[in-house]
Amino acid sequence: MSVQVWTFVFVFLTFGLYIGIAIWSRAGSTSDFYVAGSGVPPLANGMATAADWMSAASFISMAGLISFLGRDGAFYLMGWTGGYVLLALLLAPYLRKFGKFTVPDFIGDRYYSKLARLIAVFCAITISFVYVCGQMQGAGIVFSRFLEVDITTGVVIGMAIVFFYAVMGGMKGITYTQVAQYCVLIFAFMVPAIFISILMTGIAIPQIGFGAELTENFGGGYLLDRLDGMSEELGFATYTEGQRSTQDVFFITAALMFGTAGLPHVIIRFFTVPNVRDARRSAGYALIFIAILYTTAPAVAAFAKTNLMSTVDNIEYSQVPEWFTKWEATNLISFDDKNGDGRIQYVGDPQINELDVNRDIMVLANPEIAGLPNWVVALVAAGALAAALSTAAGLLLVISTAVAHDLIKRSFSPSITERQELLYARLAIFAAVLIAGYVGVNPPAYVAQVVAYAFGLAAASFFPAIVLGIFQKRMNKQGAIAGMLSGFLFTAGYIVFFKTLYPSLDNAEGWWLGISPEGIGTLGTIVNLTVSYLVSRFTPEPPIEVQEIVQNIRLPGEAHPN
Amino acid sequence: MSGGADTYWKSNLKIVLTLLSIWFFISFGCGILLVDFLDQFRFGGFKLGFWIAQQGAIFVFVGLIYAYIYLMDKLDEEYNLQISREKTGPQANLKEKS
Repeated sequence: MSVQVWTFVFVFLTFGLYIGIAIWSRAGSTSDFYVAGSGVPPLANGMATAADWMSAASFISMAGLISFLGRDGAFYLMGWTGGYVLLALLLAPYLRKFGKFTVPDFIGDRYYSKLARLIAVFCAITISFVYVCGQMQGAGIVFSRFLEVDITTGVVIGMAIVFFYAVMGGMKGITYTQVAQYCVLIFAFMVPAIFISILMTGIAIPQIGFGAELTENFGGGYLLDRLDGMSEELGFATYTEGQRSTQDVFFITAALMFGTAGLPHVIIRFFTVPNVRDARRSAGYALIFIAILYTTAPAVAAFAKTNLMSTVDNIEYSQVPEWFTKWEATNLISFDDKNGDGRIQYVGDPQINELDVNRDIMVLANPEIAGLPNWVVALVAAGALAAALSTAAGLLLVISTAVAHDLIKRSFSPSITERQELLYARLAIFAAVLIAGYVGVNPPAYVAQVVAYAFGLAAASFFPAIVLGIFQKRMNKQGAIAGMLSGFLFTAGYIVFFKTLYPSLDNAEGWWLGISPEGIGTLGTIVNLTVSYLVSRFTPEPPIEVQEIVQNIRLPGEAHPN
Repeated sequence: MSGGADTYWKSNLKIVLTLLSIWFFISFGCGILLVDFLDQFRFGGFKLGFWIAQQGAIFVFVGLIYAYIYLMDKLDEEYNLQISREKTGPQANLKEKS
């Protein structure tokens, strides 16, 4: 069977599975809809969290990014996993004990203020919305490349599926579909990685193959030494050495960590487990499930880069393998014969280099480059779709709860019935899907970039406000509001300054203290913490009931009803 | 607010701070600040610093969360009685309407 037929089979089967799960797990109450009735076992929640968290970017782009960044790619690897340590130790158990539905719920109640709640709603919607557009775009790209439908049709199919199970099942439907999506995506990521590892090093575990010796066919010697050697020979930077400044890597890593711990769609996953102990356990499971992909990704990056360099450099253009021609059609790889010798020169010097390689190709075309069977190639498409759709669903739920619960029910119209609230929640998802789909079809040029900045914004707004709310009994509403506003505005301002207003200054010399816009969220976090602390010292302490809430969430106990 | 809850919280903070200092040392310390120094040591095909930055730190993160689960379970057990007396709301879960 051809790759395309295999792809249709996998996509059809997995989508059927998601819809089946959605019908089985319909939501009957707002509690079902927002937090899956708080009855999700920790193992299932761990898988759902992993799928929720690992987006199209983790699946499609990350290994490719690492293969072009070399050692510096570690900021993605450590940043996006280290945040779970913060989440598990500083947030998840306490927020579960608090036992409400959303992040703005916590901010609004802990800081006894409608304004704080509204700011939280605004941040949650902005962050999630920016993020969801990227997912829709990712789904559209996969559809168009693998199934050869146009991007619009791809986005519409993706939207329809997400809409169906998110509207029907709410958090309950999303949770159990995410469990299935995790299984699909991890299988789709691991199978090609294992194949390639066996092919290149004879070792079935890619994490170990990464540090092993290449087989005879690939010329022997340690993979990483070979990669370093080839990179130097062709004039690229040495793979295992850093290129960016230490402080920039430091700040980017920290921003991604704080951001991970502050992303509302990840945090709300911990509201769905029965109690505090299960919240701790499910954070552990989540990180194990994420670590399986995240420790494989750097190995895939190294395999793919080695393979690419040894396959394409200095071969006759007329002799290129089939995958090359196929991906050339999508513009992900392009050849420009500058010196007219009919051969491909793939080298570090941009004046001589004739090959332009998009980083996404490292995962999408990797199985083909390594000559793996058609069904493995097709599996990647199903995996990428699972990654994009699971994250999109989690984000849409945040948007819908923020509108129906935090905005309508808690802020403006507390008298609505549960049935009405549920209706508003479903309408909000409907509207969010439509807007996200529209942006997916007509992407503003900067969407992909902006996704990365969602982390900085989450780091500078939510993370400090929640941590202080738990660990500082003295923290009051004035402090939290001033902190969130200053952190968010500082970070957004810095990013807009370099990315929109003065892109020409966006380089290591132009940056303030050598910190790139990707890493500025760390400074935003510090600004938030400092402002919160100072303002709270000069304003009255929070009311006694609020201090009691803080006292209460610090002790595990059992789950409390609302 | 009894003294029991206070000492529980202090022990909790101690656990969290200890684990977070390991977290900081491994990721920001070994993975970023000391990475070039650690690269002089090798095992298999890996330079130590590079390996920690790209793989090792992630294994340590998983270990830290499990250490936390273990230590907190032990702490909860030690303080079990006080916690159940402290409880204010009725025990229930949110499942009733399914």
